[in-house]
Amino acid sequence: MAKAIRDVYGESLAKYGQLNKDVVVLDADVSGSTKSAVFGKACPDRFFNMGIAEAGMTACACGMAAAGKIPFVNTFAVFVTTLGLLPARAFGSYADIPVKMCGAYGGLSDAYDGPTHHALEDIAIMRTLPRFKVFVPCDAVQTDWVVKNAIEDPSPMYLRFSRDAFPDVYQPGETFEEGKGRIVREGKDATVIGCGIMVGNALKAAEELEKEGISLRVVDMFCIKPLDKELVARCAKETGAIISAEEHSIIGGLGGAVAEALAESGIGAPMGFVGMQDRHGECGPYSKLLEKYGLDAAAIAGKVKETIARK
Amino acid sequence: MKLPVEEKARLEKLCHQFRIDLIETLHQRQTGHPGGSLSVLEILTTLYFTQMDVDPANPKKPDRDRLVLGKGHAAPALYRVLAEKGFFPVEEMATLRCLDSRLQGHPNPLDTPGVEITSGPLGIGLSAALGMALAMKLDGLDKRVYCVLGDGEINEGTIWEGLMAAVKFKADNLCAILDWNGVQLDGVTEDIMPMHNIPERFASFGWHVIQCDGHDIEALYEALETAKTVKGVPTIILAHTVKGKGVSFMEGKNAWHGKAIDDASYEQAMKELGGVL
Repeated sequence: MAKAIRDVYGESLAKYGQLNKDVVVLDADVSGSTKSAVFGKACPDRFFNMGIAEAGMTACACGMAAAGKIPFVNTFAVFVTTLGLLPARAFGSYADIPVKMCGAYGGLSDAYDGPTHHALEDIAIMRTLPRFKVFVPCDAVQTDWVVKNAIEDPSPMYLRFSRDAFPDVYQPGETFEEGKGRIVREGKDATVIGCGIMVGNALKAAEELEKEGISLRVVDMFCIKPLDKELVARCAKETGAIISAEEHSIIGGLGGAVAEALAESGIGAPMGFVGMQDRHGECGPYSKLLEKYGLDAAAIAGKVKETIARK
Repeated sequence: MKLPVEEKARLEKLCHQFRIDLIETLHQRQTGHPGGSLSVLEILTTLYFTQMDVDPANPKKPDRDRLVLGKGHAAPALYRVLAEKGFFPVEEMATLRCLDSRLQGHPNPLDTPGVEITSGPLGIGLSAALGMALAMKLDGLDKRVYCVLGDGEINEGTIWEGLMAAVKFKADNLCAILDWNGVQLDGVTEDIMPMHNIPERFASFGWHVIQCDGHDIEALYEALETAKTVKGVPTIILAHTVKGKGVSFMEGKNAWHGKAIDDASYEQAMKELGGVL
């Protein structure tokens, strides 16, 4: 099994952070969970444990960025995008301050802690902030690139990571481009546009559907903002049906962004949304939660067939 | 260290002129916050004219002192002082809060030269100032960060997060100044949210506390000079001020927190201040 995304994040942060003395890392007393502690061990003078004070932490990070630093702000995704939102908006977004908001335990991945700790609205919240870029990596290789890219690009960003391991999608050394989605499997009957763990799940769904004679294209839309609108339009045109798949509410996240692009394209292909319905979940084993709430490969396959039928 | 008598007199005269100019601008624009702008004038003037190393010709020079106006609604006062320093022409004050103006309702660094960071959403400025102070320490810069707080603003829980963190990280290059005018938007601070024993509260969080008359430039100067000598902990100067200072009918009145100045009030204020109508 591949490494947990959070471990990859911590190691990449330490690896690239050691090379750039302007990188500073802040955490709100969960560095052992987010794995920012790996950086803290490597560069203790540039690591700041701010205590359980997410708003103050984010504001402090923005002040550091205003004075030339590249701050990575760490806590659970649900907290960094709610308690950290005011400084992210007032400083990061409005003043174009390059704060890197890092949401650990994205989606349902903090499974057993339950709905208070699940992050299912974070992408929707963060993509409405002007100037913010939003990334949701789908595997270890991409997580590493996202960290490296965040150091190199002086934009405010929201980076959403998972607690869990995701199946490998890419080979080590693969590089990516902001605003460019990636076709990870060709197909002609429909396209699943996913991010995070749902890319791997979509690939599984594609294998199953192939047995039924359905050819499914899978797009990894790891960069939700800026969105690759051209790719959305191209997939709609070439495959005639679009299905978004995300570990997030079906409202306002990747699905919302793709729907906006699809509507604007005027192509008029039917679209289906795979994600958390407009509700909260519960605690339980991660894989069982994904299954129960319609976020696994089977749910994607079902939605693909339903959407193709509406062509 | 003493402030030279002539310098004190010059700055007092300047503050008096600023009061006249602010009444003029706020009356002309019919929007903006008079009360808190008038209470913070001596604080900002003393900081920018006796303490801070800033260069209007090179506002982004790395080795500079920085100021965060936590109580961002006092933007008119900050803008007037920045204009006097030469960051932009004083005439630009007439565009305050206008469309296409560089002088937004609340400060934003992308618009206004000399503004370090956004402010207006209360409570987050102190932590931002702390972040600047810590970054400057990492860079080995022997410069200071000043954060001007409102006394209503300290209702915000995030202020207390910043207070704790500044002590933990020994940010002795950070100096907060509380514009302690005792009045916030809805009424007097002791009614809206009693903050009993303000000096003790800050001291108990580990800050070095200095109190002074926030309209006495010499007292402010001495407090700021003392603050520079305090090592290992951050300092807060509790500056006793009067909301609406200098205009009799505005003094201590929450109604003038953010009210547009009508013609009769404008004339009365200018008469009191000796301004030209």
